[in-house]
Amino acid sequence: MSTSVNAVERAPGNWTPRALLRRLAGGDEVAHIVTLIFASAIIIITSLLVFQLWVNSGASRHAFGWHFLVTSVWDPVFEHFGALPFIYGTMVTSAISLIIALPLGLAAAIFLAELAPRNISDTISFLIDLLAAVPSVIYGLLGIFVVVPLMRTLIGPALKKVFGYLPIFSGPNYGVGFLTAGIVLAIMIVPYIISVSREVLLTVPRDQREAALALGATRWEATWQVVVPWARTGISGSVFLALARAIGETMAVTMVIGNDPKISASLFAPGYTIAAVIANEFTEATGKIYLSALIELGLVLFLITFILNGMARLLILATERAGGRTA
Amino acid sequence: MKKTLVLFSLMLGFAYVAMAQGGTILLNAAGATFPYPIYSKWFSNYNQLHSNIQINYQSIGSGGGIRQLKAGTVDFGASDMPLNDELLSQFSYKILQFPTVLGAVVPTYNIPGVNTELKFTPKALSDIYLGKVTKWNDSEITSSNPGVSLPGNDIVVVHRSDGSGTTFVWTDYLSKVSPDWKSRVGSNTSVNWPVGLGGKGNEGVAGLVKQTPNSIGYVELIYAIQNNMGYGLVKNSSGKFVKASLATVTDAASGAAAKMRSDIRISITDASGAEAYPICSFTYLLIPETISDATKRDAIKGFLHWMLTSGQEQVEALNYARLPKAVVAIEMKQIGEIK
Repeated sequence: MSTSVNAVERAPGNWTPRALLRRLAGGDEVAHIVTLIFASAIIIITSLLVFQLWVNSGASRHAFGWHFLVTSVWDPVFEHFGALPFIYGTMVTSAISLIIALPLGLAAAIFLAELAPRNISDTISFLIDLLAAVPSVIYGLLGIFVVVPLMRTLIGPALKKVFGYLPIFSGPNYGVGFLTAGIVLAIMIVPYIISVSREVLLTVPRDQREAALALGATRWEATWQVVVPWARTGISGSVFLALARAIGETMAVTMVIGNDPKISASLFAPGYTIAAVIANEFTEATGKIYLSALIELGLVLFLITFILNGMARLLILATERAGGRTA
Repeated sequence: MKKTLVLFSLMLGFAYVAMAQGGTILLNAAGATFPYPIYSKWFSNYNQLHSNIQINYQSIGSGGGIRQLKAGTVDFGASDMPLNDELLSQFSYKILQFPTVLGAVVPTYNIPGVNTELKFTPKALSDIYLGKVTKWNDSEITSSNPGVSLPGNDIVVVHRSDGSGTTFVWTDYLSKVSPDWKSRVGSNTSVNWPVGLGGKGNEGVAGLVKQTPNSIGYVELIYAIQNNMGYGLVKNSSGKFVKASLATVTDAASGAAAKMRSDIRISITDASGAEAYPICSFTYLLIPETISDATKRDAIKGFLHWMLTSGQEQVEALNYARLPKAVVAIEMKQIGEIK
């Protein structure tokens, strides 16, 4: 890092006004202070966010305690609130989307970075970056008009025919539900995985590839056993970026998930996610407990993303160490 | 240079004072989305008549409107649901509620091969939404629809997923006609639905119903009319199957007017009257009883008066049902209570 330069110039102890002025005139100090302020603003905003969520969810935390996390009733009339079906829905839809999007995205990225001719690769990458910028409500419409009918008439019945004995593919198939939401989310996050992973794969030094080829590896062996492991950290970064979008996605999910706060084994069943219920019910919520329960859901969502991000960091650290040992 | 600056700032100061004295009265309001089209038409028409009164309305939802009014950021609020005693007790001052227009909610369905208008009894609707009636050829449905061949398919129930006045009216009606619904589910802008899929907004419910065979849902009458959707008839408390229309909705409200003298918040679902459509309700403006700023008070009073007279002539063009005369009379009296 470049702080070493600053450390030399900033001789400690010399705080006379003239020395201070001279250092400020140099520009480094100014840059240091300004960037420090901006950087600390992020921390302040985050802590304010958590503080607000914590304070405003007081009534609900008081009334339900830890039971909030394990109760599966959401009843605004009798003011009984539990987050479990929403936590479940958020986890299940994000997991489905990752299971679909990860192999798809990674394979596409490998093709674009390693195998495709440069001009084709650049054109396709440009289109993929465009896809990543499409607003989520558009994906929701795509879900309603394409994925839902396909699910009801084609994908659903086919899955039932082949895997119908599994509980996750049983029960009535309405077209909307966990699986549909997962598929729409997968379509949304695939561009992120492809775009970031491709960039990372392209940064792998050329001599790594050449060394593997020189040792007699085939082109695929060089890609899969040398280039991809080298880019592992960046690829996991792309996956967690995608996961964050999947967890927090509201509009596209609520349009296709069926919005029913129930925990069902079947992926065809309708469900609900945390982000969707907050967006749906906040504007018309009136009771004190009701409002504060919705805010507590926000706190839960924050915690989930926080924990998942922490786990991601640990995972990356662990794989980096393991990679270092074998290398 | 200095002189011109002083002169300029003086001029600015004068201009500001002049604007404040002869200037416009700006009223801020927020709340329900259902009456937003007619409210924005009213506020803009009223501004054309009284160019010094400008009313700025944010359709952020009834709950949001109530919160903003409580926080004192708006001069008055709007809600699809009358404020109950618990909510009123959260205010530090008294709130007067003024019904403005009427809305209705209609059952809509998609059954392949059935193109006739179905008739629903209250028991059929509540049992379908409770998950007790699960097939279209259940005797509770077929008995009121002789001559229609209904399939034995499972009914797919669709409801609103977002909190809404529409859901409040629908569940308020089901609570009145079914004791079981009242004790198990109750009425609110969102409820704990026993069965069914949730669609976001009228368009979400309509879309799910249109796409899903053998489904039933509920939408606002205005939405059904504007989109040429078919909808079913509902049996009212006089035993007659009534199709929702602006006239049958206003009929339902006139039946309830007598009771509104003691409490203006009275619910008009399942109203008496031979032609009354049973699933409808008022939407309300929430006005503080005491308004300390005299110019604002007069402006609000003036608007309410205009809304109850000339304003009512404009509502049917936008497919809202107008207030019955008896209700207008009650509200005229209530305007006098604003101090």
